[in-house]
Formats: sequence, structure tokens, C-alpha cells
Amino acid sequence: MSRAWVFGDDLDTDQIVPGRYAPFMVGQDKFHIYAFCDARPGFAKEVRPGDVLVGGENFGCGSSREYAVAALAKHGIGGIVAKSFARIFFRNCINLGIPVLESEDAVTVVRDGDAVMLDLAAGLLRAPGGDARLRPLAPFAQEILAAGGVVAYLREHGDFPSVE
Amino acid sequence: MPVHSRWTSSIRSFGSGSLPKTLAEKILSRVAARDAKVGDLVIVPVSRVMVHDSVVDAVIAGLRDLGKERVWDTTKVAVFVDHAAPAPTPVVADSHRVLREWVRTQGIATFYDAGEGVCHQIMVEEGYCEPGTVIVGSDSHSNSYGAVGAFGAGMGATDIAVALALGRTWLRVPESIKVTFTGRPRKGVTMKDAIMRVVREIGTDGARYACVEFHGAGSLPQGDRITLAGMTTEMGAKAGIVVATPEAPDWLFPDHGAAYANEVTVDLSTLEPQIAVPPRVDQVVDVSEAVGQPVDVVFLGSCTNGRLVDMRQAAAVLRGRRISPEVRLEVVPSSRRQFEDAMADGTLLSLSAAGAVIGSSGCGPCLGRTGGVLAGQEVCLSTANRNYRGRMGSADASIFIGSPYVAAVAALTGVIDDPRPYLEATDAEFDDLVARRRAERAGRGAASVRSGDRARELMVAAARSGVAAEIDD
Repeated sequence: MSRAWVFGDDLDTDQIVPGRYAPFMVGQDKFHIYAFCDARPGFAKEVRPGDVLVGGENFGCGSSREYAVAALAKHGIGGIVAKSFARIFFRNCINLGIPVLESEDAVTVVRDGDAVMLDLAAGLLRAPGGDARLRPLAPFAQEILAAGGVVAYLREHGDFPSVE
Repeated sequence: MPVHSRWTSSIRSFGSGSLPKTLAEKILSRVAARDAKVGDLVIVPVSRVMVHDSVVDAVIAGLRDLGKERVWDTTKVAVFVDHAAPAPTPVVADSHRVLREWVRTQGIATFYDAGEGVCHQIMVEEGYCEPGTVIVGSDSHSNSYGAVGAFGAGMGATDIAVALALGRTWLRVPESIKVTFTGRPRKGVTMKDAIMRVVREIGTDGARYACVEFHGAGSLPQGDRITLAGMTTEMGAKAGIVVATPEAPDWLFPDHGAAYANEVTVDLSTLEPQIAVPPRVDQVVDVSEAVGQPVDVVFLGSCTNGRLVDMRQAAAVLRGRRISPEVRLEVVPSSRRQFEDAMADGTLLSLSAAGAVIGSSGCGPCLGRTGGVLAGQEVCLSTANRNYRGRMGSADASIFIGSPYVAAVAALTGVIDDPRPYLEATDAEFDDLVARRRAERAGRGAASVRSGDRARELMVAAARSGVAAEIDD
């Protein structure tokens, strides 16, 4: 089981890692300790590998900053479930190997701090209040995630998965 | 509260044969060399890849992890030092040094170092954006390239590393939203107000994964088109493309009868100046609802509003006058070209004489990394594009967004106000307006002494030397 961290709509990348703590500003080995430092103080200390973030609409909006996703990857986030995702954030997650799943009901079913289980095979996020259904990812994205990210996929296959 | 427009029918059926295409479908069909329809995944060549300083470490690491020593084509890569430039800290300076080393060893000739300007401004004004092609950039405002009819998309560092390695990227063919402008804006109303009105209608996620197609804007000055295309990012758009620009080739037009997921029309002739209220870009109100809001700092600049025309609009208000002694005004031209044009015609002299701090060309304080970052409790009126919590410094600062005219009046009075009466006022009426507004803003900041209050003498000298006796906005 892992812990659910629940956020609202329009969570932007500045809330995930404020620009002033970009790796570019604080160095490559430190920036993840500032994850949610303004929006959810204490997150970086309490989060555990496998924890799941849950959100509403437009999760990860704002800048193209991949380090927001890299910070979550460094903390070992097991997946993100939201009503919808901002497009660059969605790509960044796939590229860095974090499962991103759309779900209409997760944000209402899951409460912050719930013990949850992300069951990708069943397409469900299991929580004490019930199961939230996850929309299946395109096979293209699934293949990249299965490899652990786009870099690993390309190293193995030399080219993108088929889009046909 | 944000205003979300109702979606019209977004269902589009595709039969056999080629249906009428949006601009996005046309461009992606052409570059993918197949019939690309909404929802298709396509792998497409990119005509250029833009990389900037704040992500270069991750991009270099990505290339290395991919096992690629060289970029796929050194002539199609453009590199910029603009996000934190000149370097504000030793960590940033080291990162810039690594970037320069990488540029040299890769043999990349298209390199613009600190002070040359914002990547997007240079990409467009120096002609690096080929209309009708796909360009990816490591910055979310890479949508700006739609100002000249290119499909510009912002991506993260790993996507950029992959594009640098392969010369290709993958895209889902986006739905399109048609935005049509009609009429002409009244004096004191700008295309910044127009795009903020569109963001107000569509919302920060209303164009998610979509392409915003601008109609009725092709003949606007290039700078206005950059303002429009760049701010489509604030609606979640993948791209924002202006139809019928002078740069566009003959084939680059949306087909009659193309299907749109949503349509928005803005009548410029009745448009009011718009203000985005923190902390949301789509929390936009007519200026009348924000009048009297005190400000401490005014920022004029960014890829959205750092061009000569924007500085001229501010100068039209500030020329021969002095900003409120309790307000700081920072002006950051968006490129060296804009900087020098504004020097040559006396605009920067007017702004400096009014009390502005002029920063070197680049992103400036827009993203809170360099220049005048904000303290807690401070209120900023910015001409840039984002007002998220913490964007320009302290998470406890507030950022209102508006046009250069609004920025100039805010700097002058210390409060947000409708700029239009100032542009029509006689000198006496003008001074009266300023005095009244300043009186409303008591008990904030501290009055700064200007080092040599020479505003009028400087302007007289400038006029004598033949520079910019009159500035026509």
C-alpha cells in the first residue's frame, strides 16, 4: 500500500518545484527536496517511494519544466491520477517513466492520506472509499512506460514505438 | 472567477478521402507526409530545435543517456542564454559555462549569449521559424512561433534531447479552436488585452492538447502576433498559429469548412483593457474592476510585451514625467534589436528619465530568477504572461497582468487604473488624475530620491539632438 497525496485543480509546475529552486539555481542534487515546499510543506520529508498523487483538472500546468517531474521521479512517485493533465507535464511523465492516468472519480473517491493501491493491470486506483477507474493509456505511451521511460526505450529499440 | 465558454460540438467524423483541414492538420499532414487527422499520432521531422540555458544540463544529460554524442544537425539547433542572464549566482554561471562548452564542442553556430534577448523574440525576428513546419523548444512559450505560421510546441528536456538526437518528435494531431478578431481596438487597448480576453473566455485548460487558430490577426504587426501566439500556452494549448501572415506560403491556410472544437469571437472595437488577477491567468476582469489596486513594482518586458512598440506605449504615458517615487519600474527589452531601436528613437531615454530601471535584454524578472524579484506582500503589475504564486519571487507576492499602457499608468500613480483617460487628457487634467490616484495609495513603500531629477532637461536635450521629439504610439 502507498499513501495518496490529493491536490485540487490546476496544480502548476511552480507549485511542484518553485522556479527559484530549479536545479539550475540550486544544483542537480538538491532541487527535489523543495518539492511542494510552498504548496504542501513537509511533503518532501514525508513522501515515500510508491506514493500516488491524485489531482483534479489540468494537473501540472504552467511551464515546460521537466525538473518538476524529475523531482517527483527522484522521490519515487508510483503514479499520478488526475481528471486531466497539462500536455507538457503529461509527456514529461511518460518520458521519465511515471505512469499518468486520467480518472474522473479518483479526486472525489480518494482522501488525502488514504492508503491506496495503484493497480495498473486492473485499471483501478484502490482506496478505502472505493475504487477509482483509470482511463487506459495509448499503447504508444504504455510501451514507453514499460521500458521505464523514453530514453530507455530508444536505447533499446533505436526509434519511437509504432504510431500505426 | 474564471469564465469558461461553452464548447460547441467537438465531434468530428472522418470518412474516406480528405476532409477540410485546420491549419494544424494541414501542417502536420504535410510534414508527416500522410493524411493526419485529429487524434492521430504522428512522428514528424522538426525544422529547428530551440534550447535555452535553464534546461541545458538536463538536455545534455538526456543526449548522453541516449548514447548520442552529436546533435542530428548542428545547423538546425538554436541555443539561448536568456532565462537567468547575465548569471545571477555562481551555480547559474557554472551552468552557462557548461552550456558554452557544449555549444562549442557540438559546433552549433546559432548561439545567442546573455543579453541578446529572449529566445522566442530572436527566433521569430531573426527568421529562425520556417512557416508551415514543426519547431520544438525547451520552453513552454515556444507556441510563439505560430506568429509566423510555424507549428511551435514547448516540450520538456528529455523530449528536446530526443528531438536533438533524432531530428524528429511525436505529436498527437490536436483539435483546433478558432479565435476570430473583428473590429479595431480603441486607443489605449492592445492585442495584449485581446489575448487576455480570449484566455478569460477559454480558461487555463480550455485549449489543452489543442491548437488555437487565430483569424483576423494575420495583418497585425509581427510583435502583436507573438503576443497572441505565445499566450496560447496559458490556455494549455499545444500550439497557437496565426492565419494568413505575410510570412506564410500559399498552401498555408485552413480549409473552408474545417471543423473546430470551439469558436470564440472577440470584437476589438468594444474591448476594455484587461487585468489578470492573481494567482490565475484566466481570472481576468475589465480594468474598471481593478481600479485603485495598489502596486509596488511594475515590470515591462518578456516575450509577451518587451518590444519597441510596448516600450513606446509606456513612454507615451511617461514621457516628460516621473513615476511614483514609491514604485519601482523595471523595463527589460525582449531583444538587443528592440533595445537598440528603443535607444535610437529616444524611448529608453524617456523611460529612464521617468525613473525606470532598464535591464539587459532577456527574460528578466518574469520567472523570478534574476532582475527585480518580488518580496513577500509585494504587489506587481507585470506585462508578462503568468501570475502564479511564487512566479516572480516570493510565494507571498501578488502579480497582476496587464498591457504596457496599464503598466505605465500603474508606475505613474502606484495603483491600477484605466489608461485611456490619461491618453486623452490635457496636461492639467493628467496631473490631476495622477495626484488623485497617488493620494489613494498612502502608507506603502518609501519614496525614493531620483539621482538627478533631470527628466525634462533630458527630453529637451534629446529633442535638440534630433532624437524622438515626438513619439507616436
